[in-house]
Amino acid sequence: MQFGVFTVGDVTTDPTTGRTPTEHERIKAMVAIARKAEEVGLDVFATGEHHNPPFVPSSPTTMLGHIAATTERLILSTSTTLITTNDPVKIAEDFAMLQHLADGRVDLMMGRGNTGPVYPWFGQDIRQGIPLAIENYALLHQLWRDEVVDWKGRFRTPLQAFTATPRPLDGTPPFVWHGSIRSPEIAEQAAYYGDGFFANNIFWPKDHFQQLISLYRQRYAHYGHGTPEQAVVGLGGQVFMRRNSQDAVREFRPYFDNAPVYGHGPSLEEFTEQTPLTVGSPQEVIDKTLTFRESFGDYQRQLFLMDHAGLPLKTVLEQLDMLGEEVVPVLRREFAKDRPAGVPDGPTHAARVRAPQPT
Amino acid sequence: MDRPLKLVAVTAGLSKPSSTRLLADRLIEATTRQAPPADVRVIELRDLATAIAHHMVTGFPGPELREALGAVAEADGVIAVTPVFSASYSGLFKSFFDVMDSTVLDGKPLLIAATGGTDRHSLVLDHAMRPLFAYLRALVVPTAVYAASADWGSAGIGTEQEDPLASRTERAARELAELMRGRAHAPAPAHAPAPAQVPAPAQAPAPAQKRNALEEELVPFADQLKALRV
Repeated sequence: MQFGVFTVGDVTTDPTTGRTPTEHERIKAMVAIARKAEEVGLDVFATGEHHNPPFVPSSPTTMLGHIAATTERLILSTSTTLITTNDPVKIAEDFAMLQHLADGRVDLMMGRGNTGPVYPWFGQDIRQGIPLAIENYALLHQLWRDEVVDWKGRFRTPLQAFTATPRPLDGTPPFVWHGSIRSPEIAEQAAYYGDGFFANNIFWPKDHFQQLISLYRQRYAHYGHGTPEQAVVGLGGQVFMRRNSQDAVREFRPYFDNAPVYGHGPSLEEFTEQTPLTVGSPQEVIDKTLTFRESFGDYQRQLFLMDHAGLPLKTVLEQLDMLGEEVVPVLRREFAKDRPAGVPDGPTHAARVRAPQPT
Repeated sequence: MDRPLKLVAVTAGLSKPSSTRLLADRLIEATTRQAPPADVRVIELRDLATAIAHHMVTGFPGPELREALGAVAEADGVIAVTPVFSASYSGLFKSFFDVMDSTVLDGKPLLIAATGGTDRHSLVLDHAMRPLFAYLRALVVPTAVYAASADWGSAGIGTEQEDPLASRTERAARELAELMRGRAHAPAPAHAPAPAQVPAPAQAPAPAQKRNALEEELVPFADQLKALRV
């Protein structure tokens, strides 16, 4: 089981001070958060990809390449990489290059983006979102596996005798997750390829994601990759902790109330009851996270959103200390208990090199 | 009758008591008299106003709103009543249908009705409500009912000729009842309700779930790929 953090990379005014970090400060903060994640014993750092303010991470492999150079163990990932509007050829090349630089500590998550205009900005049509995700990924998948590719599709210039360079490290493409908030087509796509499926699990009640993950697990087995329990599942989560539960609620409330995504809506109490958000003591975070296993089955990767809504870097780093020192060691122990033998571990490059890859 | 009918009235009146609710009640009474449903449900949007605003902000319904949206999804017939605000349906009324999945009313019998201070607003039924429900592909009955304040004091509840509100109420209810009766004998609708409105399977861990509404509408991946072949 792997634990880590994922970041949206939003530049948001701290509602308690009125101060807005600069883009430069935010970018450096993201790097500091990644390094801290490794320092406190987490396994994964994943960054979003956005092409509009107030978000900074438009160039994930540049950032991850830099982080790779300053870390040793951390797996570098995305949340998500836009499979719809990026050229799949460039994704193949960028992430293969990153794989080499990071000695294999790389995987990535496919997504379709959260803003409509990103499609026209990159010359695409939002109404083709799902077909783009399907066709582009089919090409990406082939580019990483076939040395020489002839390709003709609906959305991209044809390729004749094209070889994406560099080739994936050790001939083993990075592991791919497919992230989705609401589309069963994406769960089906992940199942078809035997790739991982990641449920953001943040903004919606859990039974919605239960349906998506259950579908993915059934279809994973249907396509012959293993049993439903062997499918590779990742989940998001969102926490804010203080030693004392009331302190956590008091400190986080202004950030919650003004959060760009769900602020000015339901109360913190209503939202924590209806969604996986946990605001409380480390023990409460442990208890809530352990329920994910009951809801979704044994899974492979748990990512937490820790650095949004204008929380200052200092606070985020304190949160990561608590996460790494008090929460994750207990979660590792508890999730390992009664974990059936056939359930796979979180994907790593080393394990994938050892195991024969499905084609 | 093959199964009990379900009638849901959505009413957007804000005062209590409200004439909008009064009109809804009269329409329910007339409809049940002509096609007795086993199950009548009145959804007072005033009680859901905050929940509807929260859904707009968060993108998902809280438990009460989710239950109400589910009731509409399961209804065999819907009576939708709004007060006229600024030459149209009220914002609250529209918001309820805005947060509803756009396929929920597909082919569903629906009666539109509105209340207002004077009868000068009665065309709201046809220039605002009817296009809204045409867009949502509801089966809107031909007779729509408008009640101005004055209608509540007109000519007593006498014969239909003497009481235009009563006569329109009866006619609209009859039309709705006819369509609902037709549905009761028809097979259940093919499309599944939207994910957000499917009641949660209570306890079962994901791998053990047998039935999954998402699977019913799934297009197998091979077909999705094939559709893209040039």
